[in-house]
Amino acid sequence: MENEIIGSSSAIKDDTDVVLDIRDLVVHYELEQETVEAVNGVSLRLKKGQTLGLVGETGAGKTSTCLSVLNLVQTPPGVIKSGTVKVCGQNVLEMTSKQLEKIRGKDVSMIFQDPMTALNPVMTVGDQIAESIKYHEGLSDKECIQKAIDMLELVGIQGVRSVEYPHQFSGGMKQRVVIAIALACSPKILLADEPTSALDVTIQAQVLDMIQDLREKMGMALLLVTHDLGVVAKICDTVAIMYAGKIVEYGTLEEVFNTPKHPYTKGLFNSLPNIRHREEKLKPIPGLMPDPTALPEGCAFAPRCAYAAQACGRKFGIHSFGGTHTALCARYEEPDFDIDFARGGESNG
Amino acid sequence: MADTLLEVKNLKKYFKSPTGVVHAVDDVSFTINRGETLGIVGESGCGKTTIGKTVIRLLEPTSGEVLFEGQNIYDMNKAEMHKLRKKVQIIFQDPFSSLNPRRTVFDTIAEPLRYHKIIPNATKGDIEARVLEMMKTVGLAERLINAYPHELDGGRRQRIGIARALAVEPKFIVCDEPVSALDVSIQAQILNLLKELQEERNLTFVFVTHNLAVVNYFSDNIVVMYLGMVVEKAPSAELFDHPLHPYTRALLSAILVPEVGANQKRVPLRGELSSPIDPPNECRFAKRCGYYCEACDNGIPPLIEVSRDHFVACHRVASPDSKLD
Repeated sequence: MENEIIGSSSAIKDDTDVVLDIRDLVVHYELEQETVEAVNGVSLRLKKGQTLGLVGETGAGKTSTCLSVLNLVQTPPGVIKSGTVKVCGQNVLEMTSKQLEKIRGKDVSMIFQDPMTALNPVMTVGDQIAESIKYHEGLSDKECIQKAIDMLELVGIQGVRSVEYPHQFSGGMKQRVVIAIALACSPKILLADEPTSALDVTIQAQVLDMIQDLREKMGMALLLVTHDLGVVAKICDTVAIMYAGKIVEYGTLEEVFNTPKHPYTKGLFNSLPNIRHREEKLKPIPGLMPDPTALPEGCAFAPRCAYAAQACGRKFGIHSFGGTHTALCARYEEPDFDIDFARGGESNG
Repeated sequence: MADTLLEVKNLKKYFKSPTGVVHAVDDVSFTINRGETLGIVGESGCGKTTIGKTVIRLLEPTSGEVLFEGQNIYDMNKAEMHKLRKKVQIIFQDPFSSLNPRRTVFDTIAEPLRYHKIIPNATKGDIEARVLEMMKTVGLAERLINAYPHELDGGRRQRIGIARALAVEPKFIVCDEPVSALDVSIQAQILNLLKELQEERNLTFVFVTHNLAVVNYFSDNIVVMYLGMVVEKAPSAELFDHPLHPYTRALLSAILVPEVGANQKRVPLRGELSSPIDPPNECRFAKRCGYYCEACDNGIPPLIEVSRDHFVACHRVASPDSKLD
């Protein structure tokens, strides 16, 4: 049942629009003593212009999923056990390194979490942006530098600063440089792994606005990895919630945020302090993430779940709620089952 | 009459750097009542952590006073400081670097017990009993007593940090971003724990954070800092309902609410934090402020009480004829 493709229903009619198609992806890290089961059967589709927020906590497998798209999972210890990752119709998992070089930065680009370590400290920012332009577009050195300067201005940095080194920029500015590098060759897919979590709130807002703007201008598809539901509400139109290497809930922003169906999603919302209702007590999810080296047979969330029942201990499939909304929860096999969810304040009547 | 536990008066902390003097904390004053929480909010580099460290004398101030139960802690001698250390504690931001990797949970929690001789003539059994009690208080399983930090996840490590701070039964705790390194589901667990402990033990907290949603949930009063200075100070509900300073408004509007369509309006902020090195004698926020006018270059705006307990430092808010919309 896990072969079912999330997001395959009515939302995507035209297959030609699909730029990223991940099916049944399984990524394990095989260590000497144990095997970390990071990604356990993830299927996702992303079409042109779509913004998908991949949400989860530390160790949920978000970054491993993201790295697989570029075939960048470090081997060893990482092993992509099974699945396909098609970028514009081609399976990246079967590509030679030469072929991969051609699509990295050109068809798919990635923005990494930490701008402080993503840049080369001994190269000017202009040269770092020009590097991928030179590689992919074969322009002359002069043209590359000019394009790099244009990119800098596009992300709101004065062109004259192209000759400066990363240490001369602040954190927010460095992240802008990283974004300029990622966008330099107008990729079809942009992967952003926690692009703003290292930044201050006011700078975060600036950078998110900019990503949103540029994405619209260039018509890219965006896969945004984050743990911050507020960031998702701001720039995503589709949401996938990940837990222990599986997508436990998927749907449009409205579907998932207005009527969350998976108990874990509900738990995430209840863990956040509500800015409008300060008196409300937080309702944390009890317990901890399961050990990824010893995942249970059935639902990995069951030990922390208030709705856990016997059915949760065995294998089960995805439940669809109509539209694109799906959840991976055994309890929905019972005809009358639903979780009660009320947004902060409303629950008090 | 409120029962004041801590009073900070005109606190300054400057650091010398090769390029000039860094004004990390510049003339900051506030008071905290017993059993209450003061939230200190601001972005990186605003001096909030330096304040946290200076009010418990982990750093010596450049000038100013901190009165703890009426006594200036900077005038205290070594013996008095030793006694004070039992009453004031700190919980650090990063549970990954604030614990000694070569010490077990037991060693870490037992150290302050031994150092401050919390239990008179304690045997090893007494200490162990107290360590287990502390572990239970913060929700750590007994079996972890001989575990090393690297064997534990972030949430559990932060619980060790809290247990260590609580072991000496302090009255006052500085919490420096205690949950920002943790996942949301774990964050909520730790915040609830701190709140329960506060109610149980009548603890007084300074809560240093950049997360406004957390500070709103946790604090009675809030101080908003910008480049070493207090720009606004008010009871939490008042600050969130009627923010006055343009910077506070920008900060509040930058909070991303996890609701559909909730994040549209935003007070735009130009540029980034300017340098705290030898700042000019003008409003430090002026360069990024949407309400800037010429008056803003006329010296640093004083902190004025505009309504009961609500203070703001802004030339424009203060002048009677120019209201911000």
